[in-house]
Amino acid sequence: MAKTQLKEHHIELGWCKGCGICVHFCPKKVLEMDDQDKAYAARPEDCICCRMCELRCPDLAVEVICESPNKKKAAAKTMEAANE
Amino acid sequence: MASKDFIRKRFFPHIWCPGCGHGIILNGLVRAVENLGLDRKNIVMVSGIGCSARISGYVDFHSLHTLHGRALAFATGVKLSKPELDVIVPMGDGDALAIGGNHFIHAARRNIEMTAIVMNNRIYGMTGGQFSPLSGYGTMGTTVPYGNIDHDFDVVDLSLSAGATFVARTTTYHVHEMIDLLTKAISHKGFSVLEVLTQCPTYFGRRNRIGDAVQMMETYKTGTTRIGSKKKQENPELIERGIFAQKELPEYCREYDSIIEKAKRK
Repeated sequence: MAKTQLKEHHIELGWCKGCGICVHFCPKKVLEMDDQDKAYAARPEDCICCRMCELRCPDLAVEVICESPNKKKAAAKTMEAANE
Repeated sequence: MASKDFIRKRFFPHIWCPGCGHGIILNGLVRAVENLGLDRKNIVMVSGIGCSARISGYVDFHSLHTLHGRALAFATGVKLSKPELDVIVPMGDGDALAIGGNHFIHAARRNIEMTAIVMNNRIYGMTGGQFSPLSGYGTMGTTVPYGNIDHDFDVVDLSLSAGATFVARTTTYHVHEMIDLLTKAISHKGFSVLEVLTQCPTYFGRRNRIGDAVQMMETYKTGTTRIGSKKKQENPELIERGIFAQKELPEYCREYDSIIEKAKRK
């Protein structure tokens, strides 16, 4: 099975209260806190799309946007079909 | 529909403290509702008073924010008049078992179809950290500065003996399990109780020197185990998580309807 790939970490900065739960429990240590005490993805290339940060965020501020390669191909196909 | 469509974004950021476990329960709840594919116009969330009760303001379902401890009484009224609705009743530990203790045991005994979520943070957070019936012996709170001498309820044992037909426990650390149990609790045909151990870093964590939200969640990881596990036999101190009861018994609203039918025939 093809691996799910990360597109981006969407973090709602106005909602994040800087509790650090996402940073602490990330199995790959992708996230860190910035100087404003807001979470940000410091090493997005290490993300495995487990979404534990998203599920454990008490502020509902984190969203891990991923895409599976199959879907990407399917989307490309529809695009092609539409262009034709 | 994405899970974020079930929340009232205009009220965010929410009022809960940084790291409060109630937000994680809200997060899990909207995902459980999304998994079940429920229509939000068919869900009613009834809550009482307290930090936990504020959850009803953040979900985009029908919501009813009622009196302290009386959420189950209002929910019973809603369910009896419109049995087709899915009723979810999130309550805090004080709300459910101190002020609303009697409503809780009798709603369980009647087996009326609704989901009671006991958001157990072991303290009255909103009013300043007073001890609750779930604080437990020896814990600290603003009203027990020398240590609590009250013993606590075991929500699972209480619900089982009161007659709830679905009883489960989880924590805010075990999010996948929480979503799974919430899904099962909501779809259960009868009175379901789900106790979620949730952290109050501001009062319980600080007063009891457990630490911040992260450290409190670490204690859920190390201090709990799956029901019937080997770990529990080795260390009886561990708190068990999982489903403690799941059975079918006649449901109150359906029984009530059959009584109406019977009376009409005479």
